[in-house]
Amino acid sequence: MSPDSTSNTTYREELREAMREALARDERVFLMGEDVGRYGGAFGVSLGLIDQFGPDRVRDTPLSESAFVGAGIGAAIAGMRPIVEIMTVNFSLLALDQILNNAATLLHMSGGQVAVPLVIRMTTGAGRRLAAQHSHSLEGWYAHIPGIRVLAPATLEDARYMLASALADPDPVLIFEHGSLYNLSGQLDTGCGPVDLDTAAIRRPGNDVSLITHGGSLGKTLQAADRLAEEGIDAEVIDLRTLRPLDDTTILGSVRRTHRAVVIDEGWRTAGLSAEVATRIAEQGFYDLDAPVERVCGAEVPTPYAAQLEEAALPQTDGIAAAARRTVG
Amino acid sequence: MTAGQAPGAAGLYRTVALIRGFEQRAVQLVRDGVIRGGIHPCTGQEAVAAGTCAALRPDDVITSTHRGHGHVLAKGAEPARMMAELAGRTTGLNQGRGGSMHAADFAAGVLGADAIVGAAVPIAAGAAWAMRQAGSDRVALAYFGDGAVSQGVVLESFNLAALWRVPVVLVCENNGFATSMRPADTMAGTVLARAAAFGIPAATVDGMDPQAVLDATAQAVERARWGGGPTLLECVTYRFDAHHTWEHTARPRYRTAEEVAAGTARDPLEIQGARIPAATREAVDAEVAALLDEAVRFALDSPHPDPATALDHLYASGLRARAGAL
Ligand SMILES: Cc1ncc(C[n+]2csc(CCOP(=O)(O)OP(=O)(O)O)c2C)c(N)n1
Repeated sequence: MSPDSTSNTTYREELREAMREALARDERVFLMGEDVGRYGGAFGVSLGLIDQFGPDRVRDTPLSESAFVGAGIGAAIAGMRPIVEIMTVNFSLLALDQILNNAATLLHMSGGQVAVPLVIRMTTGAGRRLAAQHSHSLEGWYAHIPGIRVLAPATLEDARYMLASALADPDPVLIFEHGSLYNLSGQLDTGCGPVDLDTAAIRRPGNDVSLITHGGSLGKTLQAADRLAEEGIDAEVIDLRTLRPLDDTTILGSVRRTHRAVVIDEGWRTAGLSAEVATRIAEQGFYDLDAPVERVCGAEVPTPYAAQLEEAALPQTDGIAAAARRTVG
Repeated sequence: MTAGQAPGAAGLYRTVALIRGFEQRAVQLVRDGVIRGGIHPCTGQEAVAAGTCAALRPDDVITSTHRGHGHVLAKGAEPARMMAELAGRTTGLNQGRGGSMHAADFAAGVLGADAIVGAAVPIAAGAAWAMRQAGSDRVALAYFGDGAVSQGVVLESFNLAALWRVPVVLVCENNGFATSMRPADTMAGTVLARAAAFGIPAATVDGMDPQAVLDATAQAVERARWGGGPTLLECVTYRFDAHHTWEHTARPRYRTAEEVAAGTARDPLEIQGARIPAATREAVDAEVAALLDEAVRFALDSPHPDPATALDHLYASGLRARAGAL
């Protein structure tokens, strides 16, 4: 995963190739969002797709998140397979009503009459010095909602292969792309094939402590694991990948072997995703634990602007390693 | 000159020059890696900020946007503290917590810049309503872009402001773009017709001419003060620079060099500069340059915030975190 001399692709390019493939394969698929056409999207993910597929299938929308997400729901129930891009998760709050009250709810509320095969992609996370209205990690909020699936690709392979599985799913799927990952580069493992959306992945096997994370925190967690290895602590790193449904089997299977767990989440701690993971470990793995579950989370404050403050407010490698040491100490 | 005194031609020119020079220096600080998140420069749009704020009193208030440096400066914030905010320093207007998109200066009547497109319009309306309820004749002024008029909250705010006759001036800065999209790509109908639908008086204004903007705003402010309710002004201008400075390195193709040349041919700095004696202009330029160079020095000399203060300013009650979580 680290850049090297054979690097030949990026997370951004793999997301784009995944959309190119989807648009080419199924004419019901279309992409819409602010500036996704000529501009190629705020983060350049859809650059060039409009040249190949035209403005009907790569559609710029007005600045109307609530309306274009709602229109995506309408198009989905009318037989299309929309991919809706929202620039960042903070702006998705304008469409939260449509996502929760309609997309996640229609199947149940209609007594099973209508499924909503909608995919929504958006950027999440901090680290770009853009302050509190552009930087939050709210995927955990979405993971709270029954009726949708929530994905967090953290590798080149997941960037490339999750979309096809998401489009094949008959239900609404939200895909969270951490802003720090777009330039992640390396060689794509083309052998990994379609992604199953129900399972977490063990990115580094180990025996002493389970480090459980997702998205933009995966890189920092793997770095922490390397550092711990130098000290003789053999950490296992789990990438949740699917935040809803959570893969209890992989999480608990790991904790049963290591007897220790640290949950790392850039989102806020209180009532967040890390709380859910820790609770499941307590509920199902209490007697396997040799130490209290530790959490390393985003500080409970709106993301500050200044670099020093922003860094202090985010999970960092040092803090992750320190938490892991406490569990084995 | 402070906002609110009826400025002469030289005063208007000075505000335009101040904003122009501020943005030039801020763009340089982005290139130098000092302003790490980049900025949305308002270069070319200075006449809107200068003309509107010149029609306001110091005790009137504004809400701003992600492209708000000009608004904040024109309303009277100190350039040095604004620059320090962009650089993320403790001496900044927001103590380094807000940055380029969120400058707030309540002493100068800047209720804050909001980077959620359209989101500050109801805040201006609510503040205006409250000031009226308190028996004052203060007014609020809300800035928003051509892209923002597609947001439901903006149209909802038009309705509420008209229904309650709140003393708010609605200033749409039509700079030709919402990121890469043109008004024709984002907007069915027109800005003026949206105002008309709610019974809000509205006018299109030459947003390149500070004096024209001042005259139109003065009328709107007057109406608001005597209880006549909201007015909408569509100030037609042109964004000279990038949507955001990241475009300086990546170059998405959404406008041609010829188009930019045509768009920048009318320049508020030249339009207003031509209205004052050359010697006055030179003197203003020199004064503004010295002020802004000092602002940059002040920003660069100011301390970075202490990471231990990252959790400050979360609750006005002083509620603090226990064991790392609240
Ligand atoms: C609700 C919301 N959606 C999307 C964005 C991303 N964004 C920032 S500025 C911008 C364009 C705004 O256009 P306009 O209102 O015309 O203002 P301008 O940038 O031209 O000043 C967009 C889409 C945002 N900040 N908020």
